[in-house]
Amino acid sequence: MNPKDLKYAKTHEWVRAEGDTLLVGLTRFAVDQLTDVTYIELPKVGAKVKAGEGMGEIESVKAVSDIYAPVSGEVVAVNGALAADASLVSRDPYGDGWLVRVRPDAVGPLDHLMAAEDYSKQTEGQ
Amino acid sequence: MAITPVHPWHITHGGRMVDFAGTDLPVQFTSIVKEHQAVRTEVGWFDVSHMGRFSFTGPDCEKWLDQLVTCRLRDLQPGRVRYGLVCKEDGGILDDVLVYNLGGSPSKWAMVVNASNRAKIKAWFLNHNQGFQASLEDQTEVSAMIAVQGPQAIALGNQLFDRDPSNLPYYGSFEANYSGIRVLVSRTGYTGEDGWEVLLPSASALPLVERLDSLKVMACGLGARDTLRLEAAMPLYGHELSDSIDPFQAGLGRSVDLEKDFIGRDALLRRRGHADLPVRVGLSGSAKRAAREGDIILAEGGAEVGRVTSGTMSPTFNHPIAMAYLRPGFAALGQPVAAIVRGREEAFTIVKLPFYKRPGR
Repeated sequence: MNPKDLKYAKTHEWVRAEGDTLLVGLTRFAVDQLTDVTYIELPKVGAKVKAGEGMGEIESVKAVSDIYAPVSGEVVAVNGALAADASLVSRDPYGDGWLVRVRPDAVGPLDHLMAAEDYSKQTEGQ
Repeated sequence: MAITPVHPWHITHGGRMVDFAGTDLPVQFTSIVKEHQAVRTEVGWFDVSHMGRFSFTGPDCEKWLDQLVTCRLRDLQPGRVRYGLVCKEDGGILDDVLVYNLGGSPSKWAMVVNASNRAKIKAWFLNHNQGFQASLEDQTEVSAMIAVQGPQAIALGNQLFDRDPSNLPYYGSFEANYSGIRVLVSRTGYTGEDGWEVLLPSASALPLVERLDSLKVMACGLGARDTLRLEAAMPLYGHELSDSIDPFQAGLGRSVDLEKDFIGRDALLRRRGHADLPVRVGLSGSAKRAAREGDIILAEGGAEVGRVTSGTMSPTFNHPIAMAYLRPGFAALGQPVAAIVRGREEAFTIVKLPFYKRPGR
């Protein structure tokens, strides 16, 4: 269920390395927990984000949850399709429902993030 | 945590459970929006067994109830149900309740109270029984309650009971047979749709739920219950009602009979229409972010004029709705206000309640 080519944060964001930028989104587990997504608040292009700090919010009918930056860097693209249809993140969280593209401050392996099996283990208990 | 007689069904059917007023109950089974829309367009069922159920017997039960509940009871006929408040001497609300005249000679009465207030209201009644020949029995733990709500609910009830609920007036009740068991059916609910609630023995709850499920009635949780009642502008104790709010502030003056003597009456006479007391209003948002409980409301010009007591993104209307208490001078219909939502100002307008009225009401 959790694509093996991605890396994962404890806070349920995923990261895909694409050249010198990283694509960031929310995991299937996260969106399934939320259900009924009504709004997503994302940083603007050019914003600086810091690993582990809040970079946005995702709102469902019931409540609002924070989205955390999985890496430090600069936001170079934001998924505009979500403004019109926030539920896209639930329908295709690893594809068209991506959140932001980040140019990371540091190049190299994303050792602070988890591999797919470790993330799966983390969510199994929940 | 307590569990209801329907608990095993919630667990095996994927209910996302939460501690609600000390009882393990499902927030949702699938999607809150789907469950909400099922009730608005077809029919859904709710386990409301956590709510307090009291029965009253004895020649003085109407007198006793009349002393402690704000609504008029002397014209509440057998087979009728009425909404009322229980207030303190200073007019603050202890709970909102439904009172049932079950008929009989002498007449029997019943009352349904909020789960969170069950112990409080029971104690309040027992401490204010000044020699009335009447007794209160707490039936909560030997009974269950299921609500079935939506345009198809009444017709469905006709399939289940030996009496036709379409013959019940709104806020009427009757005893009927379900599968050979005596049950109490009332045409009441907390969703703004037509429908019924049934009080039945604990052991009959699971079989009824299995039957509803086999008839493809959607199981609905607390999440949908909240969005439905909010659209219908029905108050929720702990949000729109509390012991520092009186019924007039809440817009519930219709449920207060000032012509009779009851605890809180004198205070309510003084408080009614008081120029300084915040009043309940409806707010409708134009953007995408819901204002939620506790969010501050600002008038044009930036003055803080109140706080949100409940809010959500309305599944029926697809825009944010909320209820709030605002200072009387700032509560006019059509007034634009701002709610501070997650640190930012979101635009809302004061609108008439309810947000949703079912067709025909």
